[in-house]
Amino acid sequence: MANPLARVRATRHRLKETHPLSVLIAERLGLSLLLLWAVSILIFAGVEALPGDFAETYLGQSATPQAIANIRADLGLDRPITTRYFEWLGGVVQGDFGNSWASGAPVTEQITKRLGNSLFLAFFAAAISVPLAVGLGMVAVHYRNRIPDRVINVLSLAAISLPEFFIGYILIVFFAVQMGVATFPSTVYDNMSWSERLAAIALPTATLVMVVLAHMMRMTRAAIISVMSSAYMETAELKGLGAFKAIVKHAAPNAIAPIVNVVALNLAYLVVGVVVVEVVFVYPGMGQYMVDAVTVRDMPVVQACGLIFAAVYILLNMVADIVAIVANPRLRHPR
Amino acid sequence: MRLREIPLTAWIGILGILFAFGCAVFAPLIAPYGEREIVAGVWEPASDLYLLGTDNLGRDLLSRLIYGAQTTLFVSLAASILSFSIGIFLSFTAAVSGGPIDQGLSRLNDLMMSIPTLIFALVVLAVLPQNIFILIAVMAILDSTRVYRLGRAVALDVAVMEFVEAAKLRGEGRMWIIFREILPNTLSPLLAEFGLRFAFSILFLSTLSFLGLGIQPPAADWGGMVKDNKDGIIFGIQAALIPGGAIAALAVCVNMVVDWLLKRTSSLKGGRGDV
Repeated sequence: MANPLARVRATRHRLKETHPLSVLIAERLGLSLLLLWAVSILIFAGVEALPGDFAETYLGQSATPQAIANIRADLGLDRPITTRYFEWLGGVVQGDFGNSWASGAPVTEQITKRLGNSLFLAFFAAAISVPLAVGLGMVAVHYRNRIPDRVINVLSLAAISLPEFFIGYILIVFFAVQMGVATFPSTVYDNMSWSERLAAIALPTATLVMVVLAHMMRMTRAAIISVMSSAYMETAELKGLGAFKAIVKHAAPNAIAPIVNVVALNLAYLVVGVVVVEVVFVYPGMGQYMVDAVTVRDMPVVQACGLIFAAVYILLNMVADIVAIVANPRLRHPR
Repeated sequence: MRLREIPLTAWIGILGILFAFGCAVFAPLIAPYGEREIVAGVWEPASDLYLLGTDNLGRDLLSRLIYGAQTTLFVSLAASILSFSIGIFLSFTAAVSGGPIDQGLSRLNDLMMSIPTLIFALVVLAVLPQNIFILIAVMAILDSTRVYRLGRAVALDVAVMEFVEAAKLRGEGRMWIIFREILPNTLSPLLAEFGLRFAFSILFLSTLSFLGLGIQPPAADWGGMVKDNKDGIIFGIQAALIPGGAIAALAVCVNMVVDWLLKRTSSLKGGRGDV
């Protein structure tokens, strides 16, 4: 006479006994999907609930009630919000983000091209900044509280305080205007060769690296220090294990999770940094597309970009959590 | 606490912040020209008349910088104070009440934090009318999620202390417990967090203004001034770098003070990293 819910619970419990890891990962995946769905509601319905109207803004001074009603009917804004939400969600699931209000062109077409550009930029920035940050973090720990650590500390504190666009313009003034070795603006075209493309993104990549490097390095330093100062490292030292062996056998497995966590968090930061950097360097990516759409209140584009940025962010956070679960057996058996 | 124990970096930070506030308060007295007054040609170089040169419309850059301090400081300060009030009030309420109120508020907070702040702000500002109070409110509400997370963690530590229990047994109300028992005992870490939020607000406001979605022209504001003058950079005119440098210097000053506050309250829980 077991009701379905109890049966599901029993199955889950049995699975958890036999495959604890897969169940936890599946749960984390499910949570991310749930979060993404909630975000889609927030971005669509929450925004619709705010005051302000595209039709009125679009028409400006010449807004007669009749003209406003016509535009609203054209865009389908006169239908109930739940209908529109489910239509939108249905489209999104199939990769269709609807048409731009401003240009009438399909949003998906623009986004696929621009998302590729943005990911290209973010990929190079990550490929440079991650090893550099982890390396510098280790250097800082090695020389802890001595001169190299202090220098790195002060420099990174300064770097955290610099706005992204300021770093970008300083690089432009220095490398593009005064020395003439870099290209600006960093516009990329379809028929550009690979090397031209790389030359175009050199400065935006450098800016993004500087934006995330300081954060990532400070957090890596803190993560390594917390592992190195734990009791088992002292035990390893006391039982006569060499420094290298102690690090490989005891410190590294415990430091992976926090470091991967730091990296994933900062890659998420990269996603946001991309928006400003693309505007500074006139780079045709998602960020610029979104900012342009916000200024003309082109809601389908804004919602599509917002959802994609949020999805990337949620995905990266999920990866961080899953790696932490895999690397740290203690998290598999929460008390 | 003795004044001598304050490290040199913190002193530099405090003096820098005071200087910026001085400029903001006495702007009409110090500024050589008016905020919107066109005094000379476009992008004139620095001279005795115009100490930092002129901007893209021929307005005196130094005067705009001084007036810009008013807007930038006022909006970021207002946003951080509001964000703090919202975050602390909700997080303490959650920590003291527990149960469904805590669950509801915390899950809502998780949801809000799962969208990057700048992206969320862009989505919201695309709909809302452009006006300075709405801007402050949006910045404050988005930022309060970070305050909430820290505030709840700190308050939970204090809420289980004996003196809170004693106050509950005495029959004090929830508001008394929040404001008279928990708040005074969490002030130290919260003060450091306030500094962090203030630095973040300055950078966030500047970024929004730079993207053209923050303070609207012709009002002067440092981020907006970078936007106004950015086209000159390609011609070797560095007017955009001056307000940009001012933002950076102010943020560095605030961070230096925060660094000292954080070291004093090493028990602080919560990350520096912010998105």
